[in-house]
Amino acid sequence: MTRGALWLGAVAVAALLALPAVLNSYGVTVFIFIFFYGYLGQAWNILGGYGGQLSAGHAAFVGVGAYTTTLLSMHWGLSPWIGMLVAGVLAAGLGAIIGSLGFRFGLRGFYFVLLTVAFAEVCRIVTLNTDAMGGALGLYITFTGNPWHLQFQDSRAYYYLALALMLLATGVVAVLERSRLGAYLLAIREDEDAAEALGVDTFRYKLCAIVLSAFLTGLGGAFYANYLFSLQPNAVFGIPLSVDIIIRPVVGGAGTLLGPLLGSLILSPLAEVARIYFTRPGWTGLHLVVYGLLLISVVLFLPQGAYPHLRSAWTRRHANDA
Amino acid sequence: MDVTLVAQGLVSGVLFGGVYSLMAVGLTLIFGVMRVINFAHGDMMVWGMYLAWLLATRLGIEPVLGFTICAGALFLLGVAVQRNLVDRLGDAPHEMQILLLLGVALVLENLALMVFGPDPQRVRSRLALWTLWIGPVFVDMARLVAFVVALALTCALWVFLQRTDLGRAMRATADNPYGALVVGTDVRRVYAAAFGIGAACVGAAGALVSPILPFSPSVGLSASVASFNIVIIGGMGSLPGAFAGGLLVSVAESLGAVFLSPSMKELVSFGLLIVILLFRPTGLFGRRA
Repeated sequence: MTRGALWLGAVAVAALLALPAVLNSYGVTVFIFIFFYGYLGQAWNILGGYGGQLSAGHAAFVGVGAYTTTLLSMHWGLSPWIGMLVAGVLAAGLGAIIGSLGFRFGLRGFYFVLLTVAFAEVCRIVTLNTDAMGGALGLYITFTGNPWHLQFQDSRAYYYLALALMLLATGVVAVLERSRLGAYLLAIREDEDAAEALGVDTFRYKLCAIVLSAFLTGLGGAFYANYLFSLQPNAVFGIPLSVDIIIRPVVGGAGTLLGPLLGSLILSPLAEVARIYFTRPGWTGLHLVVYGLLLISVVLFLPQGAYPHLRSAWTRRHANDA
Repeated sequence: MDVTLVAQGLVSGVLFGGVYSLMAVGLTLIFGVMRVINFAHGDMMVWGMYLAWLLATRLGIEPVLGFTICAGALFLLGVAVQRNLVDRLGDAPHEMQILLLLGVALVLENLALMVFGPDPQRVRSRLALWTLWIGPVFVDMARLVAFVVALALTCALWVFLQRTDLGRAMRATADNPYGALVVGTDVRRVYAAAFGIGAACVGAAGALVSPILPFSPSVGLSASVASFNIVIIGGMGSLPGAFAGGLLVSVAESLGAVFLSPSMKELVSFGLLIVILLFRPTGLFGRRA
């Protein structure tokens, strides 16, 4: 990373820290969603972008995280701050199970994708049919406004929390990029056979990637629960959430550090607009049609995502200045 | 446990299995020939269901006959998706294909939602009024007809793949696309035909199931997931595997509904999937990938 990029990053973070001072409460909400989906996209990016293992069921980890913190807090009064970590660990455990089933015997790509979808569906069906988990009605968290319960009167607290999560995940990915694990993952993504021939334990590193990714996604689930105060199986385990998670890094640039954040910056406000205008009768579903068309267009015309193009435009301008 | 109840579960499981098999046969054909997973499979089925519903309610055509029109329409859709979208990807990594078809699935599902609304529909077929009694076990005519037609279509597809030039070209391309190209096969045409036929299979399956189960646009996903399960259990790319897997999963779900509870039936097929992945990851009829 160049010195200029570092400066740019520092300025951006400072601006984001100061931003709530000038935003109205609706603006704060929009930014919370930008950060939150940027965070989830970044967590997905570890496995899907760097590792090249496409998970189409990341909602499973969000759901496990959300339900774990909520149930722990409802039944045992455990603070979500601690419950969050339990949630992350459980999500990581689920990730390990999916990974060890899906990556065994050199089973590649396809099996893994189908398995992730199937697991998310099973989580959804089990939750729908388990009364102890609220069944189809879901769970509702009573608002106390107690920070110890991860609840805040002021939505700016959620803003900073979501920002912190996003920066945390981005920091993790920045470290990952320079680590051996990151290099192994790239090697696996580019040519798994070659990586294996060079002695890379592909099973092990893919498993590391899914565990890390699931852990972070599980933490995100805990945030989700305590920000929205309600959990429905179809919402937290459903395929639309998985698509929401995938589409941002893909549009922004999967396998790049800033791609998921850029994707979320582009798409989250659009999703918000869509939610307001497209939910009239007869229009439900339109925003997902738009998502679908967007996904198709990005894959066909911009397969690397937006970030590499932005980056090359930036370097070209800099080259001209110099 | 009541023996009649088990026998009943077995019979309805086998009969419904025909539709499952046809769905999975379509998916496995597309995968076997092109190494593409049709993520829009279940959503294509939904369009088959709604077409059958339109034909039945507007023109009074029974799904038993209407399935041919549904299959034809879905064939065209499949060819269009292959020619205009999948084919353009060229040698892009497989995750790009998956994302592309996920996009197609989103568009198809939500277009159906916009056009037909979220409320469940059901085709009222005259066949559904007849039942056949074999001792204490009853056979639902709509299911029996669906089973027979699905079986006939699968057999027809088998004969097509074994006996016709295009079918041979498909098998050759599935075995070795490069080799097929070298000996002068029009691989693009084969791919378009394979995608079209795969989509036609699931379209026909949708039409056949439309008088049996109520449907809404959102059933597409569970149909996709069910097809994925069956195809992994049977062995990806294997036609007999998809057929046997369809029957197996359907019977297992049906018996699961008898022994456990109806809402748990999906979990039974999922349990089957995990067992297969643990002990025979290439599936019942699969060759090594």
